[in-house]
Amino acid sequence: MVCNEVIRELSNYLDGELDPALRQALEKHLRYCADCSIVVSTARKTVELFCNKEPLPLPTEVQQMVERALSEKQHRKT
Amino acid sequence: MPVHLDNETALVAEAQTGSHEAFTALVKQYDRHIYRLALNMTRNPEDAKDVLQESLLKAYANLARFEGKSRFYTWLVRIAINESLMKLRKTRGQKEVSLEEEPETDENSFMPREIEDWGPSPEERYSQVELQEILASAIESLELHYRVVFLLRDVEGLSTEETAQALGLSLPAAKSRLLRARLQLREKLNPYFHKKGDYGLQ
Repeated sequence: MVCNEVIRELSNYLDGELDPALRQALEKHLRYCADCSIVVSTARKTVELFCNKEPLPLPTEVQQMVERALSEKQHRKT
Repeated sequence: MPVHLDNETALVAEAQTGSHEAFTALVKQYDRHIYRLALNMTRNPEDAKDVLQESLLKAYANLARFEGKSRFYTWLVRIAINESLMKLRKTRGQKEVSLEEEPETDENSFMPREIEDWGPSPEERYSQVELQEILASAIESLELHYRVVFLLRDVEGLSTEETAQALGLSLPAAKSRLLRARLQLREKLNPYFHKKGDYGLQ
């Protein structure tokens, strides 16, 4: 596997979606290619910085808007 | 990814037969996620609030059409994306707001240019407020057709299949955009996080 191929498969690799043979070939490349190794680790970190973060509670004003919208719907129905 | 309600199928069925409580329970589960998505799409709290409101009203009005082929959350996300695009078109004009990808002239344009090690916890160099600002501005600088794929897949935690479904893309197209989005973000964050880097905030 060459560097370009590693980059093309990077997302699939990070998501654990590579078939085992391809994954092994990619990991073998990473053992001797410092540049690709850095790209993979920094791309993984990039995803980690954004993912699995709980959203903040709704601002009060937005919360009130949701309550209002829901209760208007209810009253229109009843 | 919001916690999936165990009784979601039952709640949707109840809401479809007119239960206000069931619809409210569904909304309460996902409203914060939809608001965050709208905020990341529009970058404007007032617009995000409108998008959330319109999305909930549309979901309510079209509940009968939801066939359960996807999760309720994915369906709601799809509505919120459409509402966000409509909002953006109103403020920025039809032409500027499109999820269509420009054909690439250079096949290798997305190949990494900056290759520098970040170390294990580069984010610790910044306060929480600074870090959020850095991340938000990096996302904002992505082109819309990349940003939206990254938001759904990595920020909101949909699977790649669900992301493709919510955006009406083929799976290979969604994967290709996700790769480019992640690589571009990596590049945009590099100045802040590489070991020698000390950009600070402007």
